[in-house]
Amino acid sequence: MKLSVWTYEGPPHVGAMRVVTAMQNTHYVLHAPQGDTYADLLFTMIERKNSRPPVTYTTFKARDLGSDTSEIFKKACKDAYHRFKPQALVVGASCTAELIQDDPGGLADALNLSIPTIPLELPSYQRKENYGASETFYQIVRKLAQKSNKTDQLSCNILGPASLGFRHRDDIIEIKKILNDMGIDINLIAPMGASPEDIQIKTAKAHFNVMLYPEVAETACRYLEKEFDQPYTKTIPIGIGATKKFIKEISDIFGLKTDNHFNERLRADWWSKSIDSTYFTGKRVYVFGDATHVKSSVKIANEEMGFEVVGLGCYNREFARDIRSLGKELNLDSLITEDYLEVEAEIQRLQPELILGTQMERHIGKRLGIPCAVISAPFHVQDHPARYSPQVGWEGANVIFDTWVHPLVMGLEEHLLHMFREDFEFNDSAGPSHLGGHSNHDININEKRKENINTIEEIIWEKEAELELKKIPFFVRGKARRNTETFAKDKGLNSISTETLYEAKAHYAR
Amino acid sequence: MNISSSLKIKQGCNNVPILKEKGQNEVFCGLTGIIWLHRKIQDAFFLVVGSRTCAHLLQSAAGVMIFAEPRFGTAILEEKDLAGMADAQDELDLQVEKLLERRPEIKQLFLVGSCPSEVIKLDLSKAAERLTLKYAPNVRVLSYSGSGIETTFTQGEDACLASIVPTLDDTSQEELILVGALPDIVEDQFLSLIGKLGIKKVTSFPSRTKNKAPKVGKNVKFILCQPFLGDTCEALEKRGAYHIKASFPFGEEGTTLWLKAIAKAFNVGENKFDEVTNGPRSRATKALEKIKQKLSGKSVFFFPDSQLEIPLARFLVRECGMKAVEVGSPYINKKIVLSDMELLPEGPIISEGQDVDLQIERCKANKPDLTICGMGLANPLEAEGLATKWSIELVFSPIHGYEQAGDLGALFYRPIKRREVLQI
Repeated sequence: MKLSVWTYEGPPHVGAMRVVTAMQNTHYVLHAPQGDTYADLLFTMIERKNSRPPVTYTTFKARDLGSDTSEIFKKACKDAYHRFKPQALVVGASCTAELIQDDPGGLADALNLSIPTIPLELPSYQRKENYGASETFYQIVRKLAQKSNKTDQLSCNILGPASLGFRHRDDIIEIKKILNDMGIDINLIAPMGASPEDIQIKTAKAHFNVMLYPEVAETACRYLEKEFDQPYTKTIPIGIGATKKFIKEISDIFGLKTDNHFNERLRADWWSKSIDSTYFTGKRVYVFGDATHVKSSVKIANEEMGFEVVGLGCYNREFARDIRSLGKELNLDSLITEDYLEVEAEIQRLQPELILGTQMERHIGKRLGIPCAVISAPFHVQDHPARYSPQVGWEGANVIFDTWVHPLVMGLEEHLLHMFREDFEFNDSAGPSHLGGHSNHDININEKRKENINTIEEIIWEKEAELELKKIPFFVRGKARRNTETFAKDKGLNSISTETLYEAKAHYAR
Repeated sequence: MNISSSLKIKQGCNNVPILKEKGQNEVFCGLTGIIWLHRKIQDAFFLVVGSRTCAHLLQSAAGVMIFAEPRFGTAILEEKDLAGMADAQDELDLQVEKLLERRPEIKQLFLVGSCPSEVIKLDLSKAAERLTLKYAPNVRVLSYSGSGIETTFTQGEDACLASIVPTLDDTSQEELILVGALPDIVEDQFLSLIGKLGIKKVTSFPSRTKNKAPKVGKNVKFILCQPFLGDTCEALEKRGAYHIKASFPFGEEGTTLWLKAIAKAFNVGENKFDEVTNGPRSRATKALEKIKQKLSGKSVFFFPDSQLEIPLARFLVRECGMKAVEVGSPYINKKIVLSDMELLPEGPIISEGQDVDLQIERCKANKPDLTICGMGLANPLEAEGLATKWSIELVFSPIHGYEQAGDLGALFYRPIKRREVLQI
């Protein structure tokens, strides 16, 4: 038993829903009690989906447990088959139905429907949403994809885009442009937009697969490599460097010529070099999310924005090894956890100036008074914008530049805040001026919290030093407090004077 | 003012046959009640013993709006709890110990059963007894089930309140209890109005903290503020309290009938009643006049959700002039909603339970001007051209009483108005 307040990932059957909902002409019959239908609103509300997810729930009740829940399941399958006329039926159980062991796969087979049925066995008490998505996509591909000759022209499949994925909808458009610019045809995109028939007939025709999101597509890509001799790309084209590397990776396999003419849509490189961006240099950044977006974001932050990544982590244990080795490369500890309280404690300890995270980190940032930009699922409805805003490719790099800069206090404003601390309307409780009355109440509250939790106990702040600390703008105050205390502790001091504060400042000067 | 004459209608819908369908139910489970209960009961923590699905449901239903130290959490069952490698009761004790250490301000802990905990027959009442002994007198531990196999949405509050009833102290005094979690503002308005009627001792249930809990006994009378509290009602009756039956306090008419029932039970004279209520009554009437012009003649279709459907249909039909096409409710307890059913004119289909696919077909065929449904259905129906009001807002907003009558009407008018406003 593990106590959880907020979770980064839902149960595995929600992952299955993300795959099925992204597809066409597919239906999922889920053996599940009443209440599990809440999952529909993830799609209809967060993603503003304008149709119901193609899922039928059996919604059995306590009184059905004594009689025959398997009959209810069979009826739901038959009804769904007739009502929705899918090309394939995916069947499975949620956590409660897993306990009653009705064997949805066997029951669906026994109905002898005229369409393929794809049984899912997703261990609800061990695994989570991303595993569910990955396993579902793999099972669909394994069951349906048929041998075929490759297309005459060089072509690829784009694998991984799913419902409720962070910006998957727009990433598809961007990656298509890049591949087309390289003279490569798009054979199939899946699961998003693909029908079971597409997967059946088209999959094996492609010369290679673009693995856009390993969280969803890696298992399927490995299978297709073995089964149909289709190599797959390992580079995730998020960021300028990664996009170039992605293009090179494909070009190397197929002996294509690369030139960089087609990146004329890229602006982020110059935006980052222009002098207004100087103030990014060395800004301390903490990165947390799904492994794929974290890996990309760490590189972008360090190499393309000139930030300094001070900590990183991911919530999906399946990719823990990748994140740990990236941490090692950067000489940083990496945090692999699904407990947001641990992430909060780590952020509090590190006192970054910017958090790149998920919806959870957005809340953590709000509590701690640290700006946050969202880089990964799970995300809020406000991070699913109407406008085109991909993460991959050239346009993705532009979007990322804008998104990450937005929550920061900008260069000159930062200077002015340092210089004129007591201006009645232009002070730190006003927050970044372009973000409107960004409330500082919680920051004050959190300072108190921090004082309780984070102050190194044996060290006392002298009154003048405490007042001096308050003159430091809010967005660096936490860091200054922590640095000073660490400095004092290292020096063996038991109280902090104004002197100590400035000695510490000199010590940590960069 | 004589209301009984204005109330006479040809035929209520209390005797019409109820359509009962069996199929997919598109409703929340009882765990969802925790979203408002944990805010209402300020010294309580709700510990769901369940799966990752339960945790995910709570967070999705809450929309992660209330991230600031929520007073609920899920003890997620793992493989080893199910395989019997770990004694689930010991594991639970351990989780509770950790929780109470971290949150010393908790005075009431609710262990909330879920579908998986019910299916593996994890005895939470036994756990609650054991833990109460261990943590008394600081913390009282109770248990109830919010599982989807037993409870629908608002029934979770019913189960929670029913679990508290046996712990209430006895009294021989004449008292009134208002039963059901109300937004604080509404609760205060009701307490003030009832106080002005001259009824001395009035308490709310649930109380905001454990030490303000109502007392119960033979001279205690209670009235329900919400229609979904059947089990709580029975539990209070078992303790000897008297159930004041009435329509529910929505709109001017509903609120007047509800207050009238209280006044009658406490022998408040008609003059006194009018003196106290005339002001707010006429404000409510005035506020509703404008809304009535907008909603009059429009048709409404209720998908089942919170059990508020029948009283709200009564409000929309009788006070806003709407035409009900279908009034679906997850569960109809006639003992409790009888007054509202008698007032709701015969005509609409009254349905209990659900086959969501068939119900959607009926809804689309009828093309109602307004459809009241859950969040899973609202956008898909909007996309097909139907104006919808998502029903969860009705349990999250102050809608009871005179001062909210206009707001309640406006809540239903807003989706229709939006369609009139948008030029896209």
